[in-house]
Amino acid sequence: MIAPLETFQIEAREHLVNLEAALLELEEQPEESEAIDTAFRAIHTIKGAAGMFGFQQLTDFAHHLETALDKLRQGKLDVSKTFIEIFLDAGDLMAEMLEDTEFSAGQTISSEKLLERLYQIAPEDDPRKSLIQAPEVQGEPASEEAIYRVRFKPDRDSFKNGFDAMPVLRELTSLGTAEVICKHENLPAFNQLEPQASYLSWELLLVTEASKDTLMDAFMFVADEWQIQVDEIDIHDTDEDADKLGELLVARGNVAKQALDEALGEKPAIGSLLKEQGVVQEEEVKAALKEQQLTRKVKAKKQAGKSQATVRVPAEKLDSLMNLVGELVIVQARLNQVSDAVNNDDIEGIAEELELLTTQMRDETFGIRMMPIGSTFGRFRRLVRDLSSELGKSIQLDTQGADTELDKVVLDKLADPLIHLIRNSIDHGIEPTEDRLALGKTPTGNILLSASHADSQVVITIKDDGRGLNKDKIKAKAIEKQLITSKDQLTDEQIHQLIFEPGFSTAAKVSDISGRGVGMDVVKRSIMELGGKLSIDSAVGEGTELTIRLPMTLAIIEGLMVAVGTEYYVLPLNNVEECIELTQSNTHAKTRRRIVELRGQQIPYLSLREWFEVPGDEPPIQQVVITHSGSERFGFCVDEVVGQYQTVIKRLGKLYEGVSGFSGATILGDGSVAMILDPVALIDSVSSSEFGENTTQPIRMQS
Amino acid sequence: MSEQTIAETELAQDEEQSSHVSVQVLTFLLDDEVYGVDIRQIQEVLEYRKVTRVPRSQPFLLGVINLRGKVVPVLDLRRLFDMTLAEITVNTCIVIIDILLDGEKVSIGILTDAVREVVELPVSEISAPPRIGSRVNNRFINGMGKHEGDFIVILDVQKVMADEEFNAMLDVVSDEALADEEGDSSDNSGHD
Repeated sequence: MIAPLETFQIEAREHLVNLEAALLELEEQPEESEAIDTAFRAIHTIKGAAGMFGFQQLTDFAHHLETALDKLRQGKLDVSKTFIEIFLDAGDLMAEMLEDTEFSAGQTISSEKLLERLYQIAPEDDPRKSLIQAPEVQGEPASEEAIYRVRFKPDRDSFKNGFDAMPVLRELTSLGTAEVICKHENLPAFNQLEPQASYLSWELLLVTEASKDTLMDAFMFVADEWQIQVDEIDIHDTDEDADKLGELLVARGNVAKQALDEALGEKPAIGSLLKEQGVVQEEEVKAALKEQQLTRKVKAKKQAGKSQATVRVPAEKLDSLMNLVGELVIVQARLNQVSDAVNNDDIEGIAEELELLTTQMRDETFGIRMMPIGSTFGRFRRLVRDLSSELGKSIQLDTQGADTELDKVVLDKLADPLIHLIRNSIDHGIEPTEDRLALGKTPTGNILLSASHADSQVVITIKDDGRGLNKDKIKAKAIEKQLITSKDQLTDEQIHQLIFEPGFSTAAKVSDISGRGVGMDVVKRSIMELGGKLSIDSAVGEGTELTIRLPMTLAIIEGLMVAVGTEYYVLPLNNVEECIELTQSNTHAKTRRRIVELRGQQIPYLSLREWFEVPGDEPPIQQVVITHSGSERFGFCVDEVVGQYQTVIKRLGKLYEGVSGFSGATILGDGSVAMILDPVALIDSVSSSEFGENTTQPIRMQS
Repeated sequence: MSEQTIAETELAQDEEQSSHVSVQVLTFLLDDEVYGVDIRQIQEVLEYRKVTRVPRSQPFLLGVINLRGKVVPVLDLRRLFDMTLAEITVNTCIVIIDILLDGEKVSIGILTDAVREVVELPVSEISAPPRIGSRVNNRFINGMGKHEGDFIVILDVQKVMADEEFNAMLDVVSDEALADEEGDSSDNSGHD
């Protein structure tokens, strides 16, 4: 179970994300009242929750923000750029504050500075009251007082979970004049008392101007766990005495007679008040009861709906579910093998049915881990906003396909590379406004971030309408950095790809944002680690388009199983083009790469038997599996192509981190393990050992 | 979080207590010598099963096996300790050991010629590893015990894994590849 404090922090962070999104929306559409509401809700919730967990400074800070937002909501303030800026900074500060309850002096100073800025545009009027007279109360005549009967009983584990009754009591009593009765009839004998459990319940009689909703707000964070009841006592019907009320209350089973007597006896003030004003006719109570029943029903419905909407599940649980489904897929493959072998109709039927279910279950499980990519778009918008104002450029970020889904693991690892690429577009791609105008372009630069599904892949593109890549400059730079020689004949794409080389940086000046040349190669590597590909397309003066292709999930791939000697290997099917028989091999080549001819095209191939040093002799007829990576094609020579195989990828672990050429391992139907090949990495490691002089590796292998 | 800390403290207490009394050690044979591993590190003992080799990896990394759906690497201690190699026999066993690797709990198999028994060694009778005369590097030895006339070399697999030289060997492959790459692109110094 996740600790309550952690839950609070997670949720608060989510609220901050919502706040940021709302603010950015507001900046574009200042009239968007829904965005104001979202922002308000986020701050209000954080404020309340922070209070419950003792984040006093955060609560105070949020309170000021809330006040200002409320003014915005009431139209007393206008959305300005400064306003948005202050709030964005405030959001960042709150994220910092969330990390610990002990606030550093630095945080205190920055929060005060921020508030100072805030009050320059939104003068503070009577700071404390504005909260209480929250908008719910607006419009109601101020003099309208009501009496509420508030009863609540914290659940047994309440204290353990970090929810104290005191903050609730404090908030309620601050709303008006209150009489508080603590009920302790559930308290067990001393020797049975669990010190951490909560046995008490409370009853309040509250005279206040606030609405019932405001009262309920006090219970915002415990509404699901605690028994809570808030009733308005009708004070307009006179003529009845307190005794009648007592009877009513007792009859309604809400209060033990004794408790009422206690209340009346010990607290003459409230008793006489009730008497004075008279209380509640039977019909009224019945009506109230009905109303209450109705509201309860509505509330129950609402809550049921709420709990259906989302369930928070720890990521580990999902991982283990995934593993189990993976196991199931493997067992399914085994069953299929067996059923093929025994040739029994009954078993075959079962196997088929099970296969159907397994596939369905697999898809469902994978669906759970899928997250819309739009959840990360928010922070890119912020990035563009901050950087463009820092650089004095005017840039608009458009997004498409926010609902495109990706495995959460992939999504998490994708965020940093995307940030890098967008930064690059802002820093190097888009020109300053004057330059754009001189070129006859729109003054505002445009970056389009889009995501879509294509086959079993997710395609993400980042397209800007900036200056584009300067091929000559790149070439000159690459020669200067000795990445290429001046004699090299490179295609446009090859030239563009040079910017992903380590140590390459085209910007003349090193800026804060990018230009140290450490970014792009890291970006490429991390995308390749995700099994993705990065391609680049650019036209000078028109802009640059970066395309990232990613597999939808990292856990299961369609593979092609091949055999070499007694060993089995799996090639990812989406790399495989075709399989051909090896009729003539070019034995003259000294390198490990050899050439096979396919429809007039010469394709280099690698003999797995040789490279992997598989013992035994070559069979008379060998197969070559032709694979492709981008526009490059190469073959792998194997003894036999076994067939298509759906595989669950298992990590090889730290001990094998140094070995390249494999993306993992999988478990075969008979329970043994087969290695999954990574064709690109394999070819890379072959070519690097060919060109490197010290091929000590194979020598050591023989020892 | 707190649960983990509690577990850790308990473990520490366990260790403390047992260090005053005795250690239970699973003994096994390796090249006719008796070795032992603290049974608290041991997850289970498996009969030898086919190990899938990972081509072009270090020779002492024998390969991987399937342990109930998990892919577990198997170490060949004979190769690691530079002993003569032996055939697989009916007695050959894979001992699965749980260790912490970079704070992550992982299982690792070690290939043994034969597993013997669990013996209880009084801590007082465990001596420090000998300076010389041992075929296994001192760094990997927790101590020497004696049981029924046999010397038992008590190994610390966790130490083997944490050993710098061992890790350097693991990294050799990737470093070479990297060096080659750099050489390939005519040494740029861009790795900052």
